[in-house]
Amino acid sequence: MTHESPYIINGLMDQQFLLPDLLNEVPIGIAVLDIEGRIKLANRAWQTITGADPESMQGLKCYLGLRCDYCFKGCPVMADKADFQTVSVDADIIDRTRTKVPIRLNISPIVNNKNVISGYVETIQDIRQVAELSSSASKAYSLGGLIGTSPEMVKIFSMVPSIAATDSSVLITGETGTGKDVLAEAIHNASDRAGAPFIKVNCGALPETLLESELFGHVKGAFTGANEDRPGRIKLAHNGSFFLTEIGDLPLPLQVKLLSFLDDKVIHPLGSSRGFNADVRVIVATHRDLKRMVQEKTFRADLLFRLNVVHLHLPPLRERGDDILLLKNHFLMEYCNKFNKKIKGFTKKSAKILSAYRYPGNVRELSNIVEYAVNFCDRDIIGSSHLPAYLTEQDILRPVTETTHAAQERGVPVEYSSAQSWDDAEKQMIMDTLVKCGGRKGEAANMLGWSRSTFWRKMKKHSISG
Amino acid sequence: MSHKIMIPLHNDEVAPRFDLATDVLLAKFRSDGETSERIIVLPQASADDLCALATSDNTDAVVCGGIDDEHYQYLKWKGIEVLDDVIGPVKKVMQAYKDNKLARGDNFYMV
Repeated sequence: MTHESPYIINGLMDQQFLLPDLLNEVPIGIAVLDIEGRIKLANRAWQTITGADPESMQGLKCYLGLRCDYCFKGCPVMADKADFQTVSVDADIIDRTRTKVPIRLNISPIVNNKNVISGYVETIQDIRQVAELSSSASKAYSLGGLIGTSPEMVKIFSMVPSIAATDSSVLITGETGTGKDVLAEAIHNASDRAGAPFIKVNCGALPETLLESELFGHVKGAFTGANEDRPGRIKLAHNGSFFLTEIGDLPLPLQVKLLSFLDDKVIHPLGSSRGFNADVRVIVATHRDLKRMVQEKTFRADLLFRLNVVHLHLPPLRERGDDILLLKNHFLMEYCNKFNKKIKGFTKKSAKILSAYRYPGNVRELSNIVEYAVNFCDRDIIGSSHLPAYLTEQDILRPVTETTHAAQERGVPVEYSSAQSWDDAEKQMIMDTLVKCGGRKGEAANMLGWSRSTFWRKMKKHSISG
Repeated sequence: MSHKIMIPLHNDEVAPRFDLATDVLLAKFRSDGETSERIIVLPQASADDLCALATSDNTDAVVCGGIDDEHYQYLKWKGIEVLDDVIGPVKKVMQAYKDNKLARGDNFYMV
């Protein structure tokens, strides 16, 4: 672009400088449009991505220079909309080498000091590399940080693109550490809202009074200590996705307010009579059994119906079969790179310990275990002595004795339950081992360290047929 | 000898994207200087349909804005001249073509 005097910036620094020079240093394509959507200025990156001759583009309607599909699919500038918030979409352009380039497009109005829109700023990013990466990652059975080959996980991976394409509320359930947050972010990143904010709030982390202000915002003077207006997290997520984790911990009064927001998409900050229309996709997650909470009247049934439009359940790691092996090697590679270590793998014994463990903390726990092992490993292979002590000191083959019901109540399944007798625990242990061995009693007896006769006797005692 | 051209439209100018145009102008320039024009409205935007239209109508040249390489090469292979990257009002573009002055990358808005 030509460096003309109207583009001189004064006052920002000690001396004058030119706006095009400033914009050219930004590695994102930027074009400044006038109120009619004509290109006033475009930086070097914009020219590189589009391949357009900058001189000939000046004064032209943006769609003639950008040649983007979004121009004809609802661009507010093209539609001559008088008022709109920042738009962020994934789109494509045809550049001057006749290549269709996927881009991430942002259009924001430029508001003058009298609060009137006086132009627009458009940014474009070439996302070819990102698109390629995500396609190669999907081949490797992974999605935005989630990895797995188990049928349950593959099913979730295949569902995410179509779920991302809609704006429906999503409820993600699963035990702690199964990757609910990662899945929520993956849904956001796979959607058209990817370039816009992904705002996360943990309902269990804040007291009720603070949480309301955190979610919906407040105006100055709404309560003692409200010294200034605060937009609230939902407003900050405008055009993007809003992720409420631990939704089961949301207090009842706030459940009503959230329900009202889900119905009309208008937020009312504390102390304000004016609402804000927030274009937000809501994703929630919990490790609790919401249906049970509804029965216990600690969670509103109408809110559950409203949130439960799309329900994704992440299985616990112990039910994901070979995923343990896959994840173990994945984390080993990750932490070796991070800590600059050269560890080839696991000894047979340590691998066996890791495979047999029940992972009450799920993937997060496995990640922590491998991180610990990589840190403490002084050889080129991880042995059982490098694993955290709690894995090796106790008999890790002892089963999880708590029922699913109890697990959901407490969130984290624990290894032992004092509420149950040893007899129950022993019975459960035998059954678990039999399942693991595919019903082969000899192998199960070996695994438990019992003779065949002891095993048979205990089976008879617990009335286990087989 | 008569000459046929096809111009995908966006209102009264050359469509910036070949694959997104639903209106298309088919113009025939006769050797006696007469020009006949007809506009076809397609049910949906489709680069494949536009290529099929160009070949079935025995078009000599396609004048358009941005076109992806696959469809560009296809039209060339079918013996159709493609003048792409053209920006401007369709009347001016047609006149330039008639005068044998139209080239790829022409911008009729440039002062």
